[in-house]
Amino acid sequence: MTRISVRVDGASYDDDVEPRTLLVHYLREQLGKVGTVVGCDTSNCGACTVHVDGEAVKSCTVFAVQADGAEVTTIEGVGQGGELHPVQKAFHEMHGLQCGYCTPGMIMASIDLLGENPDPSDDEVREGIEGNLCRCTGYQNIVRAVRHAAADMRGNGSGPSANGHVAPAEVDTAAAPHVVGQA
Amino acid sequence: MIPAPFEYARPTTVDEVLQALAEGGEDVKVLAGGQSLIPVMRLRLAAPETVVDLGRVAELRGVREEDDAIVVGAMTTHSDVLADPLIRQYAPLVAEATATVADRQVRHRGTFGGALVHADPAGDLPAVALALDADFVIAGPEGRRTIGASEFFVDYLTTAVQEGELLVEVRLPKLAGSWGMHYAKFNRVAQAWSIVAVAAAVRREDGRIAEARIGLTNMGPTPLRARQVEEALAGAEATPEAVAAAAAHAAEGTEPSSDLNAQADYRQHLATVLTRRAVSTAAGL
Ligand SMILES: Cc1cc2nc3c(=O)[nH]c(=O)nc-3n(C[C@H](O)[C@H](O)[C@H](O)COP(=O)(O)OP(=O)(O)OC[C@H]3O[C@@H](n4cnc5c(N)ncnc54)[C@H](O)[C@@H]3O)c2cc1C
Repeated sequence: MTRISVRVDGASYDDDVEPRTLLVHYLREQLGKVGTVVGCDTSNCGACTVHVDGEAVKSCTVFAVQADGAEVTTIEGVGQGGELHPVQKAFHEMHGLQCGYCTPGMIMASIDLLGENPDPSDDEVREGIEGNLCRCTGYQNIVRAVRHAAADMRGNGSGPSANGHVAPAEVDTAAAPHVVGQA
Repeated sequence: MIPAPFEYARPTTVDEVLQALAEGGEDVKVLAGGQSLIPVMRLRLAAPETVVDLGRVAELRGVREEDDAIVVGAMTTHSDVLADPLIRQYAPLVAEATATVADRQVRHRGTFGGALVHADPAGDLPAVALALDADFVIAGPEGRRTIGASEFFVDYLTTAVQEGELLVEVRLPKLAGSWGMHYAKFNRVAQAWSIVAVAAAVRREDGRIAEARIGLTNMGPTPLRARQVEEALAGAEATPEAVAAAAAHAAEGTEPSSDLNAQADYRQHLATVLTRRAVSTAAGL
């Protein structure tokens, strides 16, 4: 066992952990922070993304001992005083999820991206969340949600700057002509 | 999956690392960013007795300038590399290739040194280091030694770093001014790993290509230099036709693998196409 001291979502913890304990398992099983999920367990899907000292990481690919002395933020710690974080709110409003399993990781990766680039284009959002897989949405509404959140966080409630065509929770119609043609 | 149990050491200096490696028993592994080692340990393809975590060895992290080289500490993360002004100025090829590695989460933890020592044939940085003629500083029980990139990459996932040794830093020659560079990579969208990629550094002089250095990613068990292309380019006119003619030699002598992503002959085709693109862009064509 190795002794670690970490701050997680603003609270301090001193715990004994086995060195082989992965950060995601420490968060879920020892601290009960089950908002962070295990997806693929192969470092690919990003569902387990949390922030360590402000940087997004895949918590299935970090040992808890490596977070000793660090400040960890999970999806459970991004909201303030009962208010959702703007990115959480945007995923809700823009329908940026279906089954919701990838959502905690998507949101944590998106917050990291927006910290670096407060006004990303669609392409920059897609690249920014390339480490996170979603098997339901086809990403369209996730991209909208991130851009909507970006606008909100820049203090501009009216939506993304570059192309104003994004309406809340609008159904993606890109495939519609094709579908209509088949009907 | 959960890795097998191991003893954990967290030294703070290179000397302490070497001592921990010497005392760690039969199977000791150093842990850099863990972005390759932890997945392999989770699959229990590796089950080291002792893991020596380099995360607190401050002297291994950072980029500095030393005469005609820039020196990149082994523990400098991919994100640090991307943000570094010296790299941007003198080794933009490294920044360009690093930007294509994995995703932001992996780049926050994965390290320059870890990616080179891991030496995955599909990894992007080995071919870049080879193309730039990087030098590798390795520390061991008998002191430090420096070896060139051509000797560093030995075989599939195997480098010149021996048991009990540590990669400390990598020296990249400053290339600026008349040098142009480009990394051309072909990969599936859902997987950042290169199917094939080409790293090119080209020096132009009076409308000609004076010198070209070309590294190939995933065209064999180790990164390769495309020597025939380099020879064909030396002194050639800087025209699309001359570059295309030279690039046609890119796959000569290579024996790439066949896998789910690509057959060997397709990889050889990609190597010629990507070499043409990499050199053209590097030469400003
Ligand atoms: C989802 C995913 C996608 C990826 N995609 C890409 C990609 O597109 N391109 C790419 O190039 N890479 C990719 N990688 C790999 C990534 O670049 C890793 O960061 C890198 O391969 C290993 O670096 P690390 O610091 O994490 O090393 P670790 O995983 O900690 O170590 C790797 C190996 O090197 C040894 N080692 C590490 N540092 C030293 C040292 N200083 N001295 C001696 N031995 C050392 C370790 O003992 C271990 O055997 C990907 C990884 C993941 C998880």
